Amino acid sequence: MNHLITLPIMLPLLLATLQLLPVIEKSIERQRLISVLGSLSIVIASVALLISASAGNVTLYALGNWEAPFGIQLVGDRLSSMMVVLTSILLLAANLYASAGDDNQGRYFYPLMMFQAMGINGAFLTGDIFNLFVFFEILLIASYSLLIHGGGKHKTSAAVHYVFLNLVGSAIFLFALGIIYGTLGTLNMADMALRVRELNESEVQLAKIGGMMLLSVFALKAALLPLQFWLPRTYASAPGPVVALFAIMTKVGIYSIIRIQSLIFGDSAGALTDLGQDWIWVLALGTLIIATLGVISAPSVKRLAAHLVILSVGTLLVAVGFGTAESLSAALFYAVHSTLAGAAFFLIGDIIAEQRERSFDRIVAGRSLAQPMSIGILFFVAALTLIGMPPLSGFIGKFLIMKSIDSGSALVWAWPLLLIGSLAALVAFSRAGSTLFWRSNGKPDSSKASATRKFIAVGILLSAAPLMSLFAGPITQYTDATVEQLQSFELNPRQIMAKGVQQ
Amino acid sequence: MELLISLIIGLLTAVGVFLVLRGRTFPIVLGLTVLSYAVNLFIFSAGRLVMDGAAVLNSGLATPDPVPQALVLTAIVIGFAMTAFAVILAIRARADLGNDHVDGRLPEQSGEQK
Repeated sequence: MNHLITLPIMLPLLLATLQLLPVIEKSIERQRLISVLGSLSIVIASVALLISASAGNVTLYALGNWEAPFGIQLVGDRLSSMMVVLTSILLLAANLYASAGDDNQGRYFYPLMMFQAMGINGAFLTGDIFNLFVFFEILLIASYSLLIHGGGKHKTSAAVHYVFLNLVGSAIFLFALGIIYGTLGTLNMADMALRVRELNESEVQLAKIGGMMLLSVFALKAALLPLQFWLPRTYASAPGPVVALFAIMTKVGIYSIIRIQSLIFGDSAGALTDLGQDWIWVLALGTLIIATLGVISAPSVKRLAAHLVILSVGTLLVAVGFGTAESLSAALFYAVHSTLAGAAFFLIGDIIAEQRERSFDRIVAGRSLAQPMSIGILFFVAALTLIGMPPLSGFIGKFLIMKSIDSGSALVWAWPLLLIGSLAALVAFSRAGSTLFWRSNGKPDSSKASATRKFIAVGILLSAAPLMSLFAGPITQYTDATVEQLQSFELNPRQIMAKGVQQ
Repeated sequence: MELLISLIIGLLTAVGVFLVLRGRTFPIVLGLTVLSYAVNLFIFSAGRLVMDGAAVLNSGLATPDPVPQALVLTAIVIGFAMTAFAVILAIRARADLGNDHVDGRLPEQSGEQK
């Protein structure tokens, strides 16, 4: 059996426990070294998985050698390995950024980051829906602690909402799993896809309820319209490096929606085909509208970044809700772009907040930044790509999504909203940029300059913007092949059921 | 049996939802606890209820489905940890914000005393 697939989960777990040892826990320098090198090793492991997946291999791993559907299995296909690589790059950048000083405001910063990465990677790799719940809880409990890391009034009050909301979400998740297990008699996603085709009339109703409850939980994680109100405040109050890693959290929800929709409620699901698809479409359009309003009205850079995350969720789910192969492929491209660019912009907001004295990252005239030139360049690049201007990745992502939505009535709804969203982002960025960089007083105070590694961390994330447009060809080929693979899983779910080792 | 269990689950859920919708942290924590009881019973009954079943396989008697029992154990452990975290967070919020309202400030026109 190929054990490579366990590394993105096991490495963070081992690194986290390693850093709890007194020898390392006592010295912040050792922790920094281990976590940056450790996240580098996670990047290498996940890239190795990606290389194996991009050749078309699907890595199946039966944990404890219990064959599916009885045991829990890990599935390393194109989609999950792509998301795992994305997570580990974010983790590396976030840890590098934090090692410049943000890690010192409370204890156990790096172990928590590692546990969070473990939960996220696990959620992407698992092929068992109850195991998905368990990994959700791991990433959530780590995120609860990271959110209030360092303490402070704002963090606590934002965390109260976030924690209670997610605890209710977990309860609904469990109710949904109970219903699904009661009707389908299995928790393995591939097996669920097979069982869903053989349901009788009365069971279909129950399965429908279970499926819709499951979707609403994922919508809460993804921050879809009526369930997105927690996001701006939570993300704006969290520490910078933490929120950079949080940028992938909404994508965990979207990933789960894509996984469930394409595999279990796909074209062969009989009465349950495309369950909730029309809801996703309508709510995603609504999300676009409310995020557009949020982007225009954002009072601070981090709030702006948070509303841009919601905007990207809306854009992504519009493509997912449209539901063609082209739109899904475009959504995957956009997911990679928006995660990296969003995380980079949060970090930029954090640097700005650090360098301005009392006005923090609020978009008001204030003391001039210590390094206006370098921050300005980063801000400009992030703005270009997040608005969706050529030649950076945001443009290509948005263009692909709009191109894939080509039929009459859908086009009339989606195109204007997507374009107005971009316009709103343009307005907000121009306002924020001109206020922050031009309407400032006082000379740059070089004693407040930020550490170089912070800029390197932002640079790593932002370099994706030009690179993704340079290599847009290979990347879209990859996402096209991903969608093709998802469709083939849907046709024959048995191919992602692990057999265990043949004796 | 089925009726009793479903009534209990329904009642617990109703109580849990009611408490979760309250404005202060303590009832919410209680509500989440009650809700998790309801969830646990619900998952437990997802494997269908078997009366006088055998705990051991191959004993000739009807055996209940063991999977939901394993799921419930996991859910209980996770729920326990999460409740503990929610309690600590509620206490921390009470200390940091000076009141136990979820929004961190008391509603203005509620007529309540500080």
